[in-house]
Amino acid sequence: MKSLAELKAIKEKMQGQVGVRSNDHAGTRVVVGMATCGIAAGARPVLQLLSALVQEKNIQDVSVSQTGCIGLCQYEPIVEVFNKDGEKVTYVNMNEDKAREIIDKHLVRGNVVTEYLVGNV
Amino acid sequence: MTELSLNILDIAQNSVKAQAKLIELAVEVDTAADTLTVLIKDDGCGMSAEQLERVTDPFFTTRDTRSVGLGVPFYKDAAESTGGSFEITSELGVGTQVTAVFGLSHIDRAPLGDINATVEMLVFYNTHIDFNYRYKVDDAEFTLDTQEIKELLEGAPIDAPDVKAFISEFLKENEAEVRKEKIF
Repeated sequence: MKSLAELKAIKEKMQGQVGVRSNDHAGTRVVVGMATCGIAAGARPVLQLLSALVQEKNIQDVSVSQTGCIGLCQYEPIVEVFNKDGEKVTYVNMNEDKAREIIDKHLVRGNVVTEYLVGNV
Repeated sequence: MTELSLNILDIAQNSVKAQAKLIELAVEVDTAADTLTVLIKDDGCGMSAEQLERVTDPFFTTRDTRSVGLGVPFYKDAAESTGGSFEITSELGVGTQVTAVFGLSHIDRAPLGDINATVEMLVFYNTHIDFNYRYKVDDAEFTLDTQEIKELLEGAPIDAPDVKAFISEFLKENEAEVRKEKIF
């Protein structure tokens, strides 16, 4: 059985680093709908992937979080991206491949992927 | 839902929404009794007798974004269609407890699926809530207690990348050891 003993070492390592903090203060917010509709449509792997890629690609100033139902259940999984000024775009019918594109095109290069927006389906 | 771990995530989200401070989740497999039992218990706002009475009605919800509430009915049906049972108790201001028993070998039982992903999702995206997760298969079991983890972290964030990686590994290794290559 793996024990929690390793956590002490991890904590000490983290204390030696600058800027380690919870990711909920970032400029750009990526929000995934995780109510019954979202979960049933496949939101869990989408949220997992978005979070893993933001970390893996070390994309700065982006937080990934979850929310409830926003009332467009037939378009789930839904991913909303809020920029620093609070302006929002809504991506619909997401899956892991599309989420990967959102990361590369929108979050890394700053280009909204218009074909996946709610207005274009 | 394609796997029970998704139902469990969905039901636990109700506890999150009920502003729980502590959510207990137990998944117990008893091969001798041929049951898979899932307990989800919170100390959230609870429900009134009237809400409790209607909670399994698919046309009842407390949301205003849509007029249906399918999470609990789906879950209840998933349990009862396997010869199991479903029970929900709740008290305003005290909390809610949901117990579902599934027929382990019943042909209509959905696979448990990626239960670790469900626990990770709950723990990493609700850092203000404590989770006590227990996974048990016959005599073997392990527990993930975020209160204990937070004490050890002494204020360092539980959703920091290194901590998340550790928790994922902790769940994966211990679940594999308890499960002993069986698939539920």
